Amino acid sequence: MTSRIISRTVCTLAIASAAAMGSVAHAQMKIGFMATLSGPAAALGQDMLDGFMLGIERSGGKLGGVEVEVLREDDQLKPDLAVQTVSRFIERDQVDVVAGITFSNVMMAIANPLAESDTVFLGLNAGPAPLAGERCAPNFFFVSYQNDQQAEGVGKYATDQGFKNVYLMAPNYQAGKDAVGGFKRYYTGGVAGEVYTRVNQPDYSAEIAQLQAANPDAVYVFYPGGMGINFIKQFRQAGLLGKIPLLSVSSFDGSTLPALKETALGAISGSFWGADFDNPANQAFIDAFEAKYNRIPSQYAAQAYDGALLLNAALKQIGGNYQDKDALKKALREVDFGSVRGAFKFNSNGFPIHDMYVFEVAPDAKGRISHRTLQKTLVDHPDSYVGSCPL
Amino acid sequence: MTLNLVLGQALNGLQFGLLLFLMAAGLTLVFGIMSFVNLAHGSLYMFGAYFAATIATHSGSFLLAVALSAALMFLLGLLLDAGGLRVLHQRSHLDQVLATFGVVIFANELVRVVWGNAPIYMDAPEALGGAVNLLGLNYPSYRFAIIVVGVLVALGLYLLIERTRMGMLIRAGATNRRMVSALGVNIAWLNRLVFALGAALAGLAGAMVGPIMSIEPGMGEPVLILTLVVIVIGGIGSIRGAFFGALVVGLVDTLGRIFIPIWLRESFDPAVATAVGPALASMLVYLLMAVLLAFKPDGLFPVKARG
Repeated sequence: MTSRIISRTVCTLAIASAAAMGSVAHAQMKIGFMATLSGPAAALGQDMLDGFMLGIERSGGKLGGVEVEVLREDDQLKPDLAVQTVSRFIERDQVDVVAGITFSNVMMAIANPLAESDTVFLGLNAGPAPLAGERCAPNFFFVSYQNDQQAEGVGKYATDQGFKNVYLMAPNYQAGKDAVGGFKRYYTGGVAGEVYTRVNQPDYSAEIAQLQAANPDAVYVFYPGGMGINFIKQFRQAGLLGKIPLLSVSSFDGSTLPALKETALGAISGSFWGADFDNPANQAFIDAFEAKYNRIPSQYAAQAYDGALLLNAALKQIGGNYQDKDALKKALREVDFGSVRGAFKFNSNGFPIHDMYVFEVAPDAKGRISHRTLQKTLVDHPDSYVGSCPL
Repeated sequence: MTLNLVLGQALNGLQFGLLLFLMAAGLTLVFGIMSFVNLAHGSLYMFGAYFAATIATHSGSFLLAVALSAALMFLLGLLLDAGGLRVLHQRSHLDQVLATFGVVIFANELVRVVWGNAPIYMDAPEALGGAVNLLGLNYPSYRFAIIVVGVLVALGLYLLIERTRMGMLIRAGATNRRMVSALGVNIAWLNRLVFALGAALAGLAGAMVGPIMSIEPGMGEPVLILTLVVIVIGGIGSIRGAFFGALVVGLVDTLGRIFIPIWLRESFDPAVATAVGPALASMLVYLLMAVLLAFKPDGLFPVKARG
């Protein structure tokens, strides 16, 4: 008897709440933002969050005239935790858009539930190869880049410079191998050595001695975060910085330059965006970011800011009707949102077609250590996996 | 493989070993004499680095930064022991592991709150920023400074342990602490001084690596693991064991990293060598420890402790 009463009550409540959901729409659009906001890589996630929130603030706290609520979550760089958070975003919070994701392993873990839910996903950093290829999805929009693109730009630069003998170094995990693979795809010269060090290795003295003995034309490295700081400090102390050109991706960027300052002067890195780009959208971004956070924005802040601009422009185009998912996806794919990087277009797999550049670490106009644009290496560059995407 | 390269790599191994010794000396004393498992030793190293970087940024003097950082860590060691860790001495090793692991997490968060998430800046002093030519190989002069500091500390500790009254008490305490206490020595203060000395050495190690490594939250943990390997290989409680254990681990790790992939490339397919080499090299010190413990379960220089 008691159990029947309970089950009836539960049924009644369930029906009532379902009815409530049907009749009262969300008062405002909900965005579930998740990034790595703690641990050694927290600086990246923080820059993404700061850039994204700045983009919303610059549109008057609304996106396309729609009030937005941003739910912030830290994935702690744990794929299992990220999967739980994403399903909570989708099922309990019923968010309209999921945005963020700093690391590719987290991205791969949440890709399936996200693709199945058909919730609009805005990728603000990680762009792993499988999601650009066979596992691409119509609700994924990577406003950042495909992981290999930056490495490809640097590979092209090495070819253009006529380097014949480049020494390649990366940590021994998937992203490291991808960074070397992307470089080799556009580099036609010889390889003086290819070394994979252990992840989070603090000391590179032994590898640097081997590197010297190989006498390369240039060195190409992928050492994100603390690894990059360790490597370049030790590379410079061996008297090699300035003597052997040091090419890199995702190593000596806005997240590590404050800890490196003059130590990194002369290092070359490849990206699609630099703080010294003089288009108006970028000028506005740089001024607003520096005024608010009192530091030079990194690439991670810039691409997340682009994400907010994209949402704003797409929502504006469909008159703020964010509940019409198909219209929103169509608008996101087509709209010209005025990226801080200049030309931007989505490819059929939801990854960008954009230009690649190389930068040199150098003082900016105010004397602070930043990036100076050297040259454009690849124009309207699509990623290398779009061919295997069925979309 | 030329002679100068082998020599350079041996120097690298020596330098890495001496750095590990700075860490291991303190840890092995605390472990051996106080029978206290201190997983937070890596956090002391991290604080040493942060203190040194902060002082160097504000004063501009590298020497002052290193000296002051080690002195501050000594004081912090006294405070920590008096303030709370003392209570743990009487507890079981598992309780100590649990409590000091908690301290590790707390310390990492504290550093994040005070200094922020991003790594902070510290550079080598001007005079040591360059490299010296070693038979055609550029060798960073700052690394020589680390070698010199490591050797000086080893000498100083040797004199302290073997030639002073305090050293005698420390040795006696390591062998039989109850007897030392029964003879009227204030073992609590002896413990406190030993702990503070360990903290100062860890702080010195942290300050010395500031210019070559990234100063960031959690930087102590990877070093702590190798330090534990060192003291287990050397024999817990033995300074001499810590010294030779550190040199062995430093040399094996460095030379293994370089020569195993080269050797594999000569004998196997390059793709296999590239895949297996780094994995095998990173296991090498642990393999060494396992083999050594199979033959000498108490390490290279065991200390005979009786309660």
